[in-house]
Amino acid sequence: MDSLSRRDFLKAGAALGAGLTLAFYLPPARARRLAVATPAGEAFAPNAFIRIAPDGTVTVLVKHLEMGQGVYTGLPALVAEELEVAWEKIRVEAAPADHTLYNNLLWGPVQGTGGSTAMANSFDQLRRAGATARTMLVEAAAEVWKVRPGELRAENGRVIDPKGGRSLAYGELSALAATREPPMEVALKSPKDFKVIGKTFKRTDTRAKSDGSAQFALDMHLPGMLTAVVARPPAFGGKARRFDAKAAEAVPGVKAVFEIESGIAVVATDTWSALKGREALAVDWAPGPGADLSSEAILKSYRALAGKPGTVAARKGDAQAGLRKASRRLKAEFEVPYLAHAPLEPLNCIVQVRPDGCEIWAGDQSQTMDQRNAAAVLGIKPEQVEIHTTFAGGSFGRRANGQSDYIVEGVRIARRFSVPVKLMWTQEDSVRGGYYRPCYLHRLEAGLDARGRPIAWRHRIVGQSIVAGTPFEAGMVRDGVDATSVEGAANLPYAIPSLLVDLHSPKLPVPVLWWRSVGSTHTAFVTEVFLDELAHATKADPYEFRRRLLSGHPRHLAVLDLAAKQAGWGRKLPRGWGRGIAVHESFNSYVAEVAEVRVNPDGSYKVERVVCAVDCGLAVTPDVVRAQMEGGIGFGLSAALFGAITLRDGGPEQSNFHDYRCLRISEMPRIEVHIVPSEAAPTGVGEPGVPPIAPAVANALFAATGRRIRRLPIGETIRL
Amino acid sequence: MITLTINGAPRSVEVRGDTPLLWVLRDHLGLTGTKYGCGQALCGACMVHVDGSPMLACVTPVGAVAGKAVITIEGAGGRAMEALRAAWAELDVPQCGYCQSGQLMSAAALLARNPRPTDADIDAAMDGNLCRCAAYHRIRAGIHAAAKRLGG
Ligand code: FES
Ligand code: FES
Repeated sequence: MDSLSRRDFLKAGAALGAGLTLAFYLPPARARRLAVATPAGEAFAPNAFIRIAPDGTVTVLVKHLEMGQGVYTGLPALVAEELEVAWEKIRVEAAPADHTLYNNLLWGPVQGTGGSTAMANSFDQLRRAGATARTMLVEAAAEVWKVRPGELRAENGRVIDPKGGRSLAYGELSALAATREPPMEVALKSPKDFKVIGKTFKRTDTRAKSDGSAQFALDMHLPGMLTAVVARPPAFGGKARRFDAKAAEAVPGVKAVFEIESGIAVVATDTWSALKGREALAVDWAPGPGADLSSEAILKSYRALAGKPGTVAARKGDAQAGLRKASRRLKAEFEVPYLAHAPLEPLNCIVQVRPDGCEIWAGDQSQTMDQRNAAAVLGIKPEQVEIHTTFAGGSFGRRANGQSDYIVEGVRIARRFSVPVKLMWTQEDSVRGGYYRPCYLHRLEAGLDARGRPIAWRHRIVGQSIVAGTPFEAGMVRDGVDATSVEGAANLPYAIPSLLVDLHSPKLPVPVLWWRSVGSTHTAFVTEVFLDELAHATKADPYEFRRRLLSGHPRHLAVLDLAAKQAGWGRKLPRGWGRGIAVHESFNSYVAEVAEVRVNPDGSYKVERVVCAVDCGLAVTPDVVRAQMEGGIGFGLSAALFGAITLRDGGPEQSNFHDYRCLRISEMPRIEVHIVPSEAAPTGVGEPGVPPIAPAVANALFAATGRRIRRLPIGETIRL
Repeated sequence: MITLTINGAPRSVEVRGDTPLLWVLRDHLGLTGTKYGCGQALCGACMVHVDGSPMLACVTPVGAVAGKAVITIEGAGGRAMEALRAAWAELDVPQCGYCQSGQLMSAAALLARNPRPTDADIDAAMDGNLCRCAAYHRIRAGIHAAAKRLGG
């Protein structure tokens, strides 16, 4: 993924924010190739994204992973709009792995899903795909009727000749349309003519997800398939000194036990036999380089580092001078822990290695990278790795990994067999398996002038870089700063005349990774709580205080105002209740959240209500936007209240949902989502709902109790 | 050899009696609608009905349900489940969908004994069903909507 650059990505996003400027340009030869790219059978395949069968069924090929965020709905809606077909006629299929056809346009020649880019990079592409198909169908009808295409229009899956009072269904035209050259230029609808975009377009996967028929990778079963589990070291970087496979091999159903790079693989005819076999395995683990690591020791070393200047990530004015001039200074230190993604469907894949290549079935989030990494293991070409993308039972970033860890592990096991092998991680393996959101320590200092206005802001961040040592490093680390460690902090929107943000990225043998909303998972918490502290110190209302400092940022301001208004900011709350607010931009979407908490006399508390306002540009499928805000708030709240992986003796102390506690239905607040009307190009919604919830809740708890929360998770109770 | 009644049909499987029902359903009978999420009775993804009562298939040895009637999401029907599915479709409840078989099996059991559940009833009945996508907001609304459809 060498050509991916975070800044290019951000730049592209910024351009998007300014209007519909993302070009979809295809040289003529390539456009023709798109048209004939797939063996179509009887279907009309006008481009890589659309198939129209003789019965009129329209199949939309989606290049992004459906992991809950709604791409099987939002992306087909774009096609439906331009192609003029009803929801009922649309089927959705996963596109094959092929970066020459299905690359993420914001990332370069790479297919993958992440950074809340699916809608932003597909908005033009899929509308054009739909318009191209429609144009060819209209031209085909014109040929049949011997009229000019301009006299015809398309509507509800048919081409209509208003003058002739006749019509033909797309299915009837598909064979003829397939013989036509795709047009080089198509006109797209103007927003005022939208019938689908911004209106109701139901999820296309609800039915399959309500009757047990939706297929996740873990549900796949191939003839002759074996199932593998791997015993991995208890401490990161550990290795087996020796192992005794006898008892494991004696378990009925166990076919083979052998060592691979990441541990000891147990392969059996079925899952339970594999698990029993692993249980019977005796392994003597050598501790490895991280064996004495603990969370306390890590934080202690981070605290020491925080005393020294780091690499500068952002500088505006002279923050040191500003602090010296200030009539009042505030300081605070914040801590956030490691977090596991813990999707409900643990990591898994099926791999079949053949003499001429390799086939993989997975809820695959980064096909191109996984093709490359799998090919490297096998010594073949990436094109020889065929990936079938299934639904994923959640990911939250975990299935997109520069090392392709679980895919590579599956390949290393499967290469020893001629049959397909399913590799399953148990939930324990997933929780204990690393690739966490890193733990971070933040130190902030701000200076206020005599009138209580902030004039200086100094912010130091200490924590592992998630891209160091990965294929993303070249693109995402500039001048020693990992952009993902400081996003949300380095671009603080508040009008403070001087600012200095610097960073330490210590290296540790704990594997780390992005986690839904990446850097903003911690920077939003820290900046929005500290800003609240400044407001409090100056006896200002936290909402008004933010307003005054956001005058140069109309989109921040609009969501802030909308959330405050809908929440009834300023209205009196019952005794023991508190209200908190936070606003944050991530992935070019703007979200403000107001949380209301009820605190009981014993210190237990409940987040009762959250009001959310989001500006994601044009909301293509508004109900999916609402669902992503609701889910993002719940997901973020889960981490804010309970989420923590703690390390001891070099490994995680948690293992499953009993000690890696996740939010339950009784802990879910009432949520109201309000969408800012917009005609700006659409931006992502999968992640941006997450960042504001932790600070909004922390600020609400402060309002209720006077206790500042500078450390996550908050826990079941708050000390009164 | 263990004989079971799954979704109304007799099925025989050649497995050890300590094999969890979950893996018998998924690996041996091809009924993959019942999900593995934790294997430790912590998430509810593997919820089935045994003789009409909700049960976690991941911690139920298949030997313990020999001769009993097991209903999985694939075979679940009846008024409550149909009302729930209609509500799920109306509100687009699922996100990734992985927890939804378990959510629906728990919700159907709840509606069968309590056709008009309150929020507190829903909390009590559904707290064992984790949803990592936190689709809880709509799960709750979906149960209320289904109850309304049932005329409760
Ligand atoms: S898999 Fe049975 S409760 Fe989680
Ligand atoms: S919908 Fe994803 S876990 Fe519930």
